[in-house]
Amino acid sequence: MLAEHDRAERLMAIAKAEGLYEEIHLLKEDGTLAGSVDDISPEVMVAMYRHMVFARAFDRKAIALQRQGRIGTYAPFEGQEAAQVASAMALAPEDFVFPSYRDHAATMVLGQSPANVLLYWSGRVEGIRSPEGRHILPPSVPIATHVLHAVGAAWASRHRKEAAVSIAYFGDGATSEGDFHEALNFAGVFHLPVIFFCQNNGYAISVPFSRQSASRTIAQRAIAYDIVGVRVDGNDAFAVYRAVKEARARALHGLGPTLIEAVTFRMGAHTTADDPTRYRDQKAVVEAWQKRDPIARLRLYLESQRLWSDADEAKLQEEVRARVEAAVDEALSIAPPDMEMMFDHVYAEAPWHLAAEREEYRRSREGVSV
Amino acid sequence: MAQMTMIQAITHALDLELARDERVLVFGEDVGKNGGVFRATEGLQQKYGPNRVFDTPLAESGIIGLANGLAIQGFRPVPEIQFFGFVFEAFDQIAGQLARTRYRTGGRYTAPVTIRSPFGGGVHTPEMHADSLEGLFVQTPGIKVVIPSTPYDAKGLLLSAIRDPDPVIFLEHMKLYRSFRQEVPEDDYTIPLGVANVVREGKHATVIAYGAMVHVALKAAEQWSKEKGLEAEVIDLRTVNPIDIETIVASIKKTNRAVVVQEAQRSAGAAAEIVAQINENAIYHLEAPVLRATPPDTVYPFGMIEDEWLPTPEYVLKTLDRVMSL
Repeated sequence: MLAEHDRAERLMAIAKAEGLYEEIHLLKEDGTLAGSVDDISPEVMVAMYRHMVFARAFDRKAIALQRQGRIGTYAPFEGQEAAQVASAMALAPEDFVFPSYRDHAATMVLGQSPANVLLYWSGRVEGIRSPEGRHILPPSVPIATHVLHAVGAAWASRHRKEAAVSIAYFGDGATSEGDFHEALNFAGVFHLPVIFFCQNNGYAISVPFSRQSASRTIAQRAIAYDIVGVRVDGNDAFAVYRAVKEARARALHGLGPTLIEAVTFRMGAHTTADDPTRYRDQKAVVEAWQKRDPIARLRLYLESQRLWSDADEAKLQEEVRARVEAAVDEALSIAPPDMEMMFDHVYAEAPWHLAAEREEYRRSREGVSV
Repeated sequence: MAQMTMIQAITHALDLELARDERVLVFGEDVGKNGGVFRATEGLQQKYGPNRVFDTPLAESGIIGLANGLAIQGFRPVPEIQFFGFVFEAFDQIAGQLARTRYRTGGRYTAPVTIRSPFGGGVHTPEMHADSLEGLFVQTPGIKVVIPSTPYDAKGLLLSAIRDPDPVIFLEHMKLYRSFRQEVPEDDYTIPLGVANVVREGKHATVIAYGAMVHVALKAAEQWSKEKGLEAEVIDLRTVNPIDIETIVASIKKTNRAVVVQEAQRSAGAAAEIVAQINENAIYHLEAPVLRATPPDTVYPFGMIEDEWLPTPEYVLKTLDRVMSL
């Protein structure tokens, strides 16, 4: 448990935090800095950029594949690359990650194979299974339910005194759900090592945040639960990275959970089944947010520091194209599933009725009358 | 050996398992310091400490979500839902999440969670406490549902439930908590899940029941024997998901008639499933349609009407007479 003086210190920090209402910025839209980034190495910065460029190319390709009928409905994340990539890069392999269904840029940074992501959106359960050496849980489809799982996993880490945290990824819509509030409350009561990472991308399908809540910000919800809240520019990879790093460090030092609101924007549709022109002036909002593009500003900064060149860019684009193509080839050339796998992993051992149903299925497939 | 009520047998089982397996954690509303509103967890926090037996905030969805997160990390949580009528608050966490953890992760993560919860009518609780909602979980793949009817069974089944690799809903009928005592061995024993128990032998009709209805069925059977000289075989199902059809069929082959007694409303619950399974597996052994003795399909009534609503021995007796006359 947290010592009382640490707790008092933390309360002071919350009271002082400007980050509850105003976004913290480090990397401005023109590629210049708003503060020191000495704690972020050039290697990390370049890696962030490479991941983000790949993520965007992958995302656009996935939409194209859906349009061609080669994969099913897909949830694009363009515009949110900095929030997802930088947050994931701030984690460690032993951490437990609970993504939502739009967080593939994050999960791919953590080792989820791009081909698997395409498989998931093609209707293959294998596509959400965690890569070895990482703990990435399947995306929760009903909104916010997984935020509580992160709380439970964090309890487990603390119970065993392991240096690991849990992180839940969710959107602005999730903050209206009861499970979100229950999770923050539980984590606050028990001072658990968990990070609540909210990408406020402006819309829950068609409903804007102003209709989601009368709260000015999501970060301010932290006050009610007496936990740390931080509001960052979600298109600023450096600000996101630092916010998650700091939240992780606090969690490991017994200072409890952090609610991070990364303010970003979903440039495209909710899913490929959605038409954003029905509920917003799509052209105007995209133009406005293009000025805040997370990738463009990071490239400007890297170039200004001579960490990136046109030649690097050309080489990266080539690599990205090849990697995306390889993922598409892998996903689309995989053999169709053995249909009988529907019976696997329902229970550790199938009860008699399920075993009988499996046998009935097998016989009907073989053309034997049942 | 000791004489125990069902609630004592449950506390005793939790105690044994907390001592045996350090992965076991017991938590919920009022289960720590207070020892549970029915005292099912009495003394356990003092014995095992507040890190293993603890009070949570008042939020059923939060309690089950917490359990799910602990389970994927290898713990064996035993959360309590204070009254099963409140389970709707946690429905997604149970049916949508917990029950699918193994399936969605291909077995890499599992959810060996045992949800304990009091339920059941006849004790005049306030609204939304007494409902029999087990039928909802008969239709939930990935979950097992256990309902003991005696102290001896409660201990053996609870130990099996906690050790089971999959999520189990363990429903404790409030009326049975302290209604009688029974010899319960103090050592470790288990009763397998999914195996019914023939609690009374007979040859004229089979009565299938679970929970408090087992005792209603037994009373009716004794009365039937006394009044008509007819002997009912009574099966205590003990587990309603999965249902032990083998024991039911074996009995029907002998009796050729059956009545299912259920405390839940009539439609689409465990009883309906039992009748369907009898239809598929034993129809040529039947001399009459299988009948159900259940309350009507109404909202669970308020206390003053409750006793009229619940199946009584007289009602079961009438249903037995009917099944013989068909």
